[in-house]
Amino acid sequence: MSDSRTGRLPAAPTIHGRIVRLTHWVNALAFLILLLSGWKIYNASPVFAFRLPNELTLGGWLGGALLWHFAAMWLLALNGLLYLGHSFLSGHFRRKLWPVSPAAVWADIRAALSGRLAHDDLSVYNAAQRAAYIALILGIVLLALSGLAIWKPVQLAPLVQLFGGFDTARVVHFVAMALTLAVTAVHVLMVVLVPRTLLAMLIGRLPTVRSPQ
Amino acid sequence: MIKLKMGERFATLRNREIASLERRLFLRQGLSMGALSLLAGCNVTDEAGIENALRKISSWNDTVQAKLFDPKRLVEEYPASAIVRPFPFNAFYDEDGIPAVSAADFSLELAGLIRDRKPWSLAELYALPQVTQTTRHICVEGWSAVGQWTGAPLRHFLERVGADTSARYVGFKCADDYYTSIDMATALHPQTLMAFRQDGDVLPAPNGFPLKIRVPTKLGFKNPKHVRAIFVTNEYPGGYWEDQGYNWFAGL
Repeated sequence: MSDSRTGRLPAAPTIHGRIVRLTHWVNALAFLILLLSGWKIYNASPVFAFRLPNELTLGGWLGGALLWHFAAMWLLALNGLLYLGHSFLSGHFRRKLWPVSPAAVWADIRAALSGRLAHDDLSVYNAAQRAAYIALILGIVLLALSGLAIWKPVQLAPLVQLFGGFDTARVVHFVAMALTLAVTAVHVLMVVLVPRTLLAMLIGRLPTVRSPQ
Repeated sequence: MIKLKMGERFATLRNREIASLERRLFLRQGLSMGALSLLAGCNVTDEAGIENALRKISSWNDTVQAKLFDPKRLVEEYPASAIVRPFPFNAFYDEDGIPAVSAADFSLELAGLIRDRKPWSLAELYALPQVTQTTRHICVEGWSAVGQWTGAPLRHFLERVGADTSARYVGFKCADDYYTSIDMATALHPQTLMAFRQDGDVLPAPNGFPLKIRVPTKLGFKNPKHVRAIFVTNEYPGGYWEDQGYNWFAGL
């Protein structure tokens, strides 16, 4: 297919807009810093009966990990607000993540597991993707809120009460981390299985391939 | 400002040296990770530059926290049944390093922007009007424990000795060479106490005999034990952990 006047191929359709790509990668960076520094902070006084692998942590010692954590929180928060604001105002959420029904999610997960899930048009998310991305957004919002509660348990006392107390807020923060990480792991696995999606998130579109007529 | 004996001075220097060694190590360990050079997207050789940037953000966090701090907001008080016994011991040394402070020889020194800098004996301090409160101590490590402290509101003491309450900082020096400082707004908070008693008894040695500054609106390391000097200043006084990289404001 070519443009009749110029004879050139039309620009490939945009799969991911500029702001979505920018906020995706900034979020990935902030999440990784928060994750690895957070593990170091966890190890200083573990909530559960296990420690996280120290070699994977960031910061070297508790003080260093805290510096990273309380710097990256700004990156995550500001970037997250930009993403949420843009997605609500531009209709990104309405167009891409809605509607999502449990039956459709279940059907798509089963299709994916049996290798029958079509991935022809990357600009349309299947139901399993929608559910995963919504879960990621909610997981990060929960991380931010429980993090705020732990950071400011006096000034934000009502938030701490909402979580059932300071110690419970710590558990919520940890569990939200684990769930968000689990969804992220599946997400990364899917990208490995369908590598075209990585290209789309990097440059916004797939390179146009002249298909034989 | 406050004279240190030779032995104390040596200990302070030694601790600082260890502190700076740890500080130099912390980023190296963190930055040696392959993942980080990947996520930084550049050649991460300038450790000092990164540490500098992180500390600048930490100072910015001090400013944000000072704005978030509501001087009228009281911390939650708990019933006696919530008190943790024995109360956890935590310091930059093990229990064998707990200083033996003699009650008879103790005097609290005052320095800096204070009108009446006469030292206070323990008997004089005990005669101050006191209150009891049961609050949650939250450690920077993440654990927390409810304890009960009895003492004189620091605000009343500062007003009584004629401290310049428009100054920026109140600093504390301790018998174990620990030192820290807080913002004036927090020093004047109604629940910031000069604690002489814990859980009904004279403050036990591991918990800071004879004087602990109990600041329930800040993390545990901003609650100095074995305090032997209080000073008021406009020059940033830092702190034992703060100088190594802990956030200075550390407000809850």
